[in-house]
Amino acid sequence: MTEVSTAQRIEMGASAVAPDVRISINNLDFYYGTTRALKTINLPLYANMVTSFIGPSGCGKSTLLRVLNRMYDLYPNQRAEGEVLLDGENILAPGLDLNLLRARVGMVFQKPTPFPMSIYDNIAFGVGLYEKLNRSEMDQRVEQSLTRAALWKEVKDKLTASGLSLSGGQQQRLCIARTVAVKPEVILFDEPCSALDPISTARIEELIDELKADYTIAIVTHNMQQASRVSDATAFMYLGELMEFGKTKDMFTKPQNPKTQDYITGRFG
Amino acid sequence: MAIDQARYRSRRRLNAFTMALCWAATALGLTALLIILSTLLLKGVGGLGLNVFTQMTPPPGSDGGLLNPIIGSLIMTTIGVAIGAPIGILAGTYLAEYGRYSPLSSVVRFVNDILLSAPSIIIGLFVYTIMVAPMGHFSGIAGAVSLAVLVIPIVVRTTEDMLTLVPTPLREAASALGMPRSLVIRRVAFKAARAGMITGILLAVARVTGETAPLLFTALNSQFFSTNLNAPMASLPTVIFQFALSPYAEWQKLAWVGALLITAAVLTLSVTARTLGGKRGKS
Repeated sequence: MTEVSTAQRIEMGASAVAPDVRISINNLDFYYGTTRALKTINLPLYANMVTSFIGPSGCGKSTLLRVLNRMYDLYPNQRAEGEVLLDGENILAPGLDLNLLRARVGMVFQKPTPFPMSIYDNIAFGVGLYEKLNRSEMDQRVEQSLTRAALWKEVKDKLTASGLSLSGGQQQRLCIARTVAVKPEVILFDEPCSALDPISTARIEELIDELKADYTIAIVTHNMQQASRVSDATAFMYLGELMEFGKTKDMFTKPQNPKTQDYITGRFG
Repeated sequence: MAIDQARYRSRRRLNAFTMALCWAATALGLTALLIILSTLLLKGVGGLGLNVFTQMTPPPGSDGGLLNPIIGSLIMTTIGVAIGAPIGILAGTYLAEYGRYSPLSSVVRFVNDILLSAPSIIIGLFVYTIMVAPMGHFSGIAGAVSLAVLVIPIVVRTTEDMLTLVPTPLREAASALGMPRSLVIRRVAFKAARAGMITGILLAVARVTGETAPLLFTALNSQFFSTNLNAPMASLPTVIFQFALSPYAEWQKLAWVGALLITAAVLTLSVTARTLGGKRGKS
């Protein structure tokens, strides 16, 4: 069950706007110490598409997401084997500069994580790491990013206020603005709405939909409706294996795998 | 639902009894504190005058002040904290950040805990052995070093604790922007933990301000005004120790004043530290 059939790949590839593969995950295994948390995952992530990872708790979907920007490298005894190609380059290769990788592959987390600094600095800080902008260019970038994240109107008069003074939904949009500001190629969302109310959730979902015009997006979600609303492709995972991968609308209407059927109809998980 | 009234009453009785014990314990502690503070005020305020801050410690039988021990205490505490706090912050940062999962860290943490609870007189003897004995005389710098040795474990502990409280997702979020580890620590983790870390340093200052034993073995005492770190230096605790034990009324009076000053300083520092710590909790 671990192999994604070539038929599926071709089907994805042959849709109206022939998508490019931005990330290609090949025979990926992941270990927490000696526990094998991901088992021979093969999965493409297409450019300008939203791919959602769904599955019950502990199925490995967040683990998979955290491989894509090597976030697991912050911790000991976690390792990935196999190959993850980003624009043809293996990001699991030893000696790869993780900071540069993470500047290309941004991540938005489950809980909003504004830095303990002003709204402006929350965004300017990340940008300043890799780009030397003068004051007006930076002002422009901050405004662009906040506009992009549908937050500009709400905060334009209090850019010097602490990022922590915003509401939860605003904080999460600030985090998205911060991620967008460094101009990554890929954005990973790890259950970005699970700590938010329905209205904030709807705004973030709209945002994700708009962002895919420019980015490759992967989103982990526990919310089946969310997956069906925001994503173009869906990967269903179970116990560390990729059970099924395909177009979201196909997955939710005529799943191939009985396990997928059970999960999306709420019979378990 | 059938409620067993007897069972409920016995639980209420136990509750009332435990509550009474808590009140008694609180009252006991507060009473002791009140007695100490009021005695200090009663005996100390009388001697408090401008002369305390402008004159030197007097010879037996004459009037004087506490200028030299006040300055001595300030100098030695400042240098002690200036040496101890950076070392403590660096070590605490290693424990909480770079070395969080390293076996070396558990060893360092264990040794630090021992140092934290080591009697300060042992620290005094230690510095006596490594500094006073080789130099051949007591000195202000030896006093400062012994205070630094006391400051280090406190700051290591509070720095580590405060950095550990910084949520992991915040660090991950910073790393996810491509921020190098050193910047994640300096610009994000330190910033989030700043109030707590400052509180730790203030508490360390409060702790060493009242230390007597290590200074007796290192800086000793001095009758004269001195800012020479290479010579014995007066400090408030040692002067209190010497004057309080003396038979001279003037000296005893000054000892009370000194005790009042030290207590007021420590109290102010502690309250400041707690206020800062409280602010961190709210923001």
